[in-house]
Amino acid sequence: MWPLIKLLPQKTNFKYVAFAPFLGVISLLACLASLYLTVVPFTPPCGGLNCGVDFKGGSMLEFSTSPRNVDLPALRSLADIGFGEVQVQGFTDPTSAMVRYETPENISSTQAQETMRAAISERLGEGVHFGRADVVGAKVSGELFLLGVVALGAGITLMLVYIWFRFGFTFGAAAVTALAHDVILTFGLFAVTQMDFTLTAVGSILTIVGYSINDKIVVLDRVRENLRKYKKMPMKDLIDLSVNETLSRTIITGVTGLMALGVMAYYGGEALFSFAVSMFFGIVVGTYSSIYIAAPMLTVLGVGRRDNFQSADDKKAKKPRDEAYSAS
Amino acid sequence: MLQVARWRVILVLVVTLLGVVFALPNVLPENVRNSLPPFLPRGTINLGLDLRGGSQLLLEIDTVTLRRQQLDNIADQMARALRDAEPAIRYTGRGVVGDAARVRLVDPSDLTRAKEVLRPLARDTTNGQDILTFVDGADGAIEARMTEQQMRALSRQAAQQSIEVIRRRIDPDGTAEVSIARQGDDRIAVQAPGVSDPEQLRERIGQTALMTFHMVRETAPEDAAAGRLPPGTMVVQPYPQSGGTQEIVERRPRFTGERLTRASPSTDSQTGEFVLSFALDSEGTSLFCRITRDNTGQRFAILLDNQVLTAPRINEPICGGSGQISGNFTAETANNLAIMLRAGALPAPLSVVEQRSVTAELGQDAINDGQTSTFIAFGLVLAFMVLAYGLLFGGISVVALVVNGVLVMAIMTVTGAALTLPGVAGLILTLAVALDANVLIYERMREEAKAGRQPAMAIDAGFSRAMLTIFDANITHLGAAFIMLNLAPPGPVKGFAWTLLIGVFTSVFTAVLITQVLVAWWFRVARPRKLPIS
Repeated sequence: MWPLIKLLPQKTNFKYVAFAPFLGVISLLACLASLYLTVVPFTPPCGGLNCGVDFKGGSMLEFSTSPRNVDLPALRSLADIGFGEVQVQGFTDPTSAMVRYETPENISSTQAQETMRAAISERLGEGVHFGRADVVGAKVSGELFLLGVVALGAGITLMLVYIWFRFGFTFGAAAVTALAHDVILTFGLFAVTQMDFTLTAVGSILTIVGYSINDKIVVLDRVRENLRKYKKMPMKDLIDLSVNETLSRTIITGVTGLMALGVMAYYGGEALFSFAVSMFFGIVVGTYSSIYIAAPMLTVLGVGRRDNFQSADDKKAKKPRDEAYSAS
Repeated sequence: MLQVARWRVILVLVVTLLGVVFALPNVLPENVRNSLPPFLPRGTINLGLDLRGGSQLLLEIDTVTLRRQQLDNIADQMARALRDAEPAIRYTGRGVVGDAARVRLVDPSDLTRAKEVLRPLARDTTNGQDILTFVDGADGAIEARMTEQQMRALSRQAAQQSIEVIRRRIDPDGTAEVSIARQGDDRIAVQAPGVSDPEQLRERIGQTALMTFHMVRETAPEDAAAGRLPPGTMVVQPYPQSGGTQEIVERRPRFTGERLTRASPSTDSQTGEFVLSFALDSEGTSLFCRITRDNTGQRFAILLDNQVLTAPRINEPICGGSGQISGNFTAETANNLAIMLRAGALPAPLSVVEQRSVTAELGQDAINDGQTSTFIAFGLVLAFMVLAYGLLFGGISVVALVVNGVLVMAIMTVTGAALTLPGVAGLILTLAVALDANVLIYERMREEAKAGRQPAMAIDAGFSRAMLTIFDANITHLGAAFIMLNLAPPGPVKGFAWTLLIGVFTSVFTAVLITQVLVAWWFRVARPRKLPIS
């Protein structure tokens, strides 16, 4: 029974396309819910996301009272020091936490930070260590926000153009629909969990875009190859076959990726946590959408034997390599 | 394909060897590293601020002030040009109004001739670019506005000068590892590793440190309070904690700190208080000599950033070219001021628009967490590959993966790209994705073998068919990395993009070339009838 790969049946006959309409409805609902959670309440710039100082501006202070747990209720009275709203946020590691606040207009951000440190130390007693401190001006945060939007937009456009160029319009449309699904759901994840939405989060979403499109290419590549190989097979069966053929690769690659990210979420500390969690989620969603959205969508979009690249393919069919395939 | 060309084998060996040599210092303890023979590299990976602790400031040049200063100069130039014309053109009301420098002609009929005289000012003589546009204002006024292009060039130039000044201020000995770089037209990013409290940095950078020498105009206090000032004078406030007093001084400085050739802290031999001694260049010496001779008995004020440090009375002409400034200094403030004056003044005030700092302890925690998770993730993934594909093929992918890790480390060491915490995540992700290439190749081999091909054919087809998919997949990662690299500001995200970018190249190299060489080698030695993974 070893190596394990022998346990994975070489030929599976699962049906995918049959479930696609049902799952499609669920995905659509999930996307709508994610969009709703991301934009509501309609407060610019972040809506339902828990934006960090990167995008919202203001100051952030991280501290720990290790080995004791941070006494979060004691910090509630920070609202009284005259800084307006002070947001206190605990971490998964209960010995550390952070506060976010706007610098009042009449004092410098440095003075404000001093005041805040003193106020925190006073409320938590001895042994408060301050770790990270960020101050981002309103102008810079606005620019960073724009930059995040541009980066995401550019990333998705680039993928669209590339896949269009490599696979033609129908495949491109299918891949990009699935990609949009992944990105929207990831935003939903940030909205639901209220994880800090920062520049790093934008980086993780871009990576999810990269991974997800990679996964779609592998599946779509196989569909295209099979379209040339089995000229008479119904589209539905052909997609099922393609997904089955790439299944063991999907499983092994997915499992290794998830393993690495799982370790990172568990051992990587606070700073890597949200990154690892969103990437983990992205791999799961990206793999799902390759199989149940991108590939089945081809039947809806109508990639048929009439499709453009089929004629180009017929020319190639004279090559002996392809004959060998049809024989097997 | 199973006949692997010799150049490929050599390439794989050479690259791997170089990788090991350059990556090695990172894992050696420091004393071993220092005793390495001199022909071996000793550099280690440059850790980002979030891992080693430190501060990062983003400064913005006050372009409003910069523009005003420049317009003031332009108004001067215009006035001079009109005066120097043959015959001189008379004007009044030289000054800056809004975003324009303005002079008003006494006789409006001079307008055509005045424009002729001023025209040369509109063009930069060195590069022939337009720097000013002239507009006729109301009742005989001529207004000059700077072009947008010139304003940007000016900001860039000011940023460049500021960078040098800042470097001399925060790193007077040139030993600290500070990085100071211009960002955009009017911003400067300062990264100071190891400085976890940015307060001191801000203090040193935040001051313009322009020292000016003005004559004091003695005016009755009640006139000053009522705002009745003599023409050409201004009220200046004392410099904080300097012991200076509010004064009324001439608006135009008699000379500025640029004339200083030396500034150092010392103590006054009589009072024992800390003072700043200075020396002037030759022109400054003669200027100072003349001023003090002509104004003996009067007071002159020394201003730092338009605030009074001290305003002593001139008891006798000072012609030696040196002197001392008292300002109620402590040893530290005198020393700081000396550093500032030696470094020169900033061309325009700077404001801090972004400030981030991480303490060294937190950085060390992050390094530890990053190391733990990398080792565990690496180990798990390797074990899984061996379990999945067996000792031989699993082992080959393990070798490819380890070499991949070594190469990424080596390239990061050589290029000096900063490793940030998200960069560590990028590294782990890269390794996971690199495995995908191996998986794609192996899965293809299995399929081909199952389709009834001989092992040699199956291996061959596995490589060539998987190649295209691997190429496509990596191109997309490359795209994501490039976008982040071009758009992200310096910092963690950029670090992530770097590792991703480097990882794409190393993983294609290792997954494809190394796997190929090893599989071919095994095949030649073992001559198998059946693939172990089929």
